[in-house]
Amino acid sequence: MSGQGFGAALLTDDGRPRLPGSLHLNRRLSQWLAIHPEGRVTVTPGKVELGQGILTALAQIAADELDVALGRIELRPAATPDSPDEAVTSGSLSVQVSGGALRHACADARRIFVGVCAQRSGVPPEAIRVEDGRFLAPDGREVGSYWALAGAELLEAEASPDAKPKRAAERAVAGRSVPRLDLPDKVFGAARYVHDLRLPGTLHARVVRPPARRARLVALRDGAPLPGGARVVRDGDFLAVLAETEWHADAAAARLAPRAEWAAEDSLPEQAALEAWLEDAASRGERGTVEERGETPGVRGARRVARRFLRPFLAHASIGTCCAVARWRGGAVEVWTHSQGPYNLRADIAKALRCAPERVVVRHAEGAGCYGHNGADDVALEAVLIARAAEGRPVRLVWSRAEELGWAPLSPAMLVDVEASVDERGDLLGWRSHVVSNGHSSRPGRAPEPALLAASMLAEPFAVRPAINPPMAAGGGAPRNAVPIYRVPSLRVETTRLLDMPIRTSALRGLGATLNVWSIESVMDELAALAGSDPLEHRLRHLDDPRAVAVLRHAAAMAGWTDRRRREGIGLGLGLARYKNTGAYAAVVAEVDATAERVRCRRLWVAGDVGEAVNPDGAANQLEGGAVHGASVALLEEARFDRRAVTGAAWEGYSILRFSEVPEVAVELVAPPPDAAPLGAGEASMGPTIAAIAAAIHEALGVRPRRLPFTPENLAAAMADDAP
Amino acid sequence: MLEFTLNGAAVALDVQREAPDDAPLLQVLRGPLGLSGPRFGCGAEQCGCCMVLVDGRPVPSCTMALQAVGGRSVVTAEGLGSPAAPHPLQTAFLAEQAGQCGWCLSGILVSAAALLDADPDPDDDAIRRALDPHLCRCGSHNRIVRAVKRAARAMREGAPA
Repeated sequence: MSGQGFGAALLTDDGRPRLPGSLHLNRRLSQWLAIHPEGRVTVTPGKVELGQGILTALAQIAADELDVALGRIELRPAATPDSPDEAVTSGSLSVQVSGGALRHACADARRIFVGVCAQRSGVPPEAIRVEDGRFLAPDGREVGSYWALAGAELLEAEASPDAKPKRAAERAVAGRSVPRLDLPDKVFGAARYVHDLRLPGTLHARVVRPPARRARLVALRDGAPLPGGARVVRDGDFLAVLAETEWHADAAAARLAPRAEWAAEDSLPEQAALEAWLEDAASRGERGTVEERGETPGVRGARRVARRFLRPFLAHASIGTCCAVARWRGGAVEVWTHSQGPYNLRADIAKALRCAPERVVVRHAEGAGCYGHNGADDVALEAVLIARAAEGRPVRLVWSRAEELGWAPLSPAMLVDVEASVDERGDLLGWRSHVVSNGHSSRPGRAPEPALLAASMLAEPFAVRPAINPPMAAGGGAPRNAVPIYRVPSLRVETTRLLDMPIRTSALRGLGATLNVWSIESVMDELAALAGSDPLEHRLRHLDDPRAVAVLRHAAAMAGWTDRRRREGIGLGLGLARYKNTGAYAAVVAEVDATAERVRCRRLWVAGDVGEAVNPDGAANQLEGGAVHGASVALLEEARFDRRAVTGAAWEGYSILRFSEVPEVAVELVAPPPDAAPLGAGEASMGPTIAAIAAAIHEALGVRPRRLPFTPENLAAAMADDAP
Repeated sequence: MLEFTLNGAAVALDVQREAPDDAPLLQVLRGPLGLSGPRFGCGAEQCGCCMVLVDGRPVPSCTMALQAVGGRSVVTAEGLGSPAAPHPLQTAFLAEQAGQCGWCLSGILVSAAALLDADPDPDDDAIRRALDPHLCRCGSHNRIVRAVKRAARAMREGAPA
């Protein structure tokens, strides 16, 4: 669905023949698939299901390349140490990176099996046809099958660069909408999530959190025995209880909390002065140039716009809370987790335990929807720490809603200054922008210290590093999509990464794009107005990429943009971006119904070009999900905190859109060029949706939003700022 | 001993040994009773993930004490139907591919079942109102509303969705 992952993009040439995606570093075919004599194929990718439907898409790819029925493919969740190490499932890259690898691996498996069959049967390999796993000679005679050769260990080989996956036109399963493989379990209430894992003898744990982000546990008073014989587990400032049942764990945590004495300090900025804090922290930050072209002495011209845009801290706000199960046996630990990166998590758990990674086994199991780096990795280390006190017994730890909203990493508050100008014909002359933000990645597995929440609370604590940004080659973090897609002769985009990190920040769907796309599109609308052009025409005249033109025209046509009539209190707006400037294209038209007291987004029209869509219905579902997520961020979302802690730790303190507030959404996929590569679908529509809603608010109310979320209060402030 | 009906079958729990009668119903359903459909989301009746039917009415099970269901009938997503004999709503949710992560679905399904019992032909607004206690973060709302309408049509026509 989301987040950021930059393993593949950073690959250097290692002298070996280049293989697609993560196959390059995980070259053994048996890491990817196994063929069984009873007519089944198991596929074992390193990417994980986050709710985005990736397992179904990967099964389609495997079925197609092997020429077996989809029903024969079984997907196994990733686990160390046997699964391919595909780093993190993030960045809308899974179909490219994992799908590309699996496609090649399966094409190679087919080549090897057919080759062996050809040798044995005397029928030339190019004459053998594969039909649902059976190998047929030109006269229709069956000369072999995958299943008959299953015992021959043919996949204990390195993938060959010679394998030839099918061309798009030859595919029969990939490219077709098929029902998701995981959905039946989910509508029948079957056990599917890590939360449903029921190992014999499981104990239940709860963490007792400090009252502040900066706090030391100075004393723990004795008292009456805890309910149900629950035990206390403590390591430094990390405090938890362990009980036989969930209700005893809850009761014990409630009983223990008032016995803990914390030395707590203020360490968070004033929420009401977030803009001032960003400016102040930026003065001590790390400034760098993202992209520069043409002459940039400043933005010249009389038709000039200079604007500032702001975004609050945002929460993941998954509706299920984070969970992990851990079990120690003889100095080794096994952990079940909904982490996005099993190998990276293993590395950081081992660092936190100060042990070798081989002593940690990480098994993926699904969690509730994941939109980036949430608390999944954190809860896994916590379960491991608590389970140390119960050798041999599985320990299940589930976060509360308050922990989920209050302690998982947040997506950072951001500020963007944009200055741009057009000439008398309306052509863009110059563009400068500066993006200020904490880094957008605190993911595990990449620093010398473990990046997991509890690691900084241990009796021998680890330092917390300020979050980083992925390099621009991998899409960037804070400056993701800060470089406009529009033709502009002179440009300079800069960013400052804050090194103060009072609130731990990391990747959330879209990363910086949620703010940057809106800021660019808002300035484009203002420049269009200065030039007396329609927003659609103004964009089209600055676009060189025909695929961007196609989605923009398509969304405009879906919404009836050119024939629209102005209606009192109703506004239409449009937004466009190519995600990361290298991924999927999305254009969105939004319709809002707005008064000074209330803003409602009623409809969204979304046109997307996601390149190859392995499962078109799945891609449409992802684009719609991203649009609804964007509408929720646009209208409602803001993490709240005081000087000590995140305070909006229940749903009344962190609102997301409910059924009666969700806009109607129409999604259409625009056909990509033939044989186009997959571009990912999960994150592309979010930024353009926010931009479109902002523009629609301007059309309805005459005010340009300057600060997310677009609440009546923030719009009133923008109106006051705009007043002469 | 606390007795009630769960998904059509009689259940008797020993409140001394299996689950105290003040334990949250959700934890008892998921613990000693071994169900997975009702899910924890907030523990404060704000998200609908744990919704079950008690005597036919949608009730959050996270804050309800076990003792409150004594002598009553409790239905969860598992009780609506099975892969072999699905409820029309389950068939319709699959037909519309109405879901992504799926965490919200079992609660939404029981609320939708109660809605269709009371109103066999709800319009979009009525469906959205009935589902307003439920949060969905993946943005599957519109597909879910379409699936409920599809199930309603199938149930009125007595045909599979």
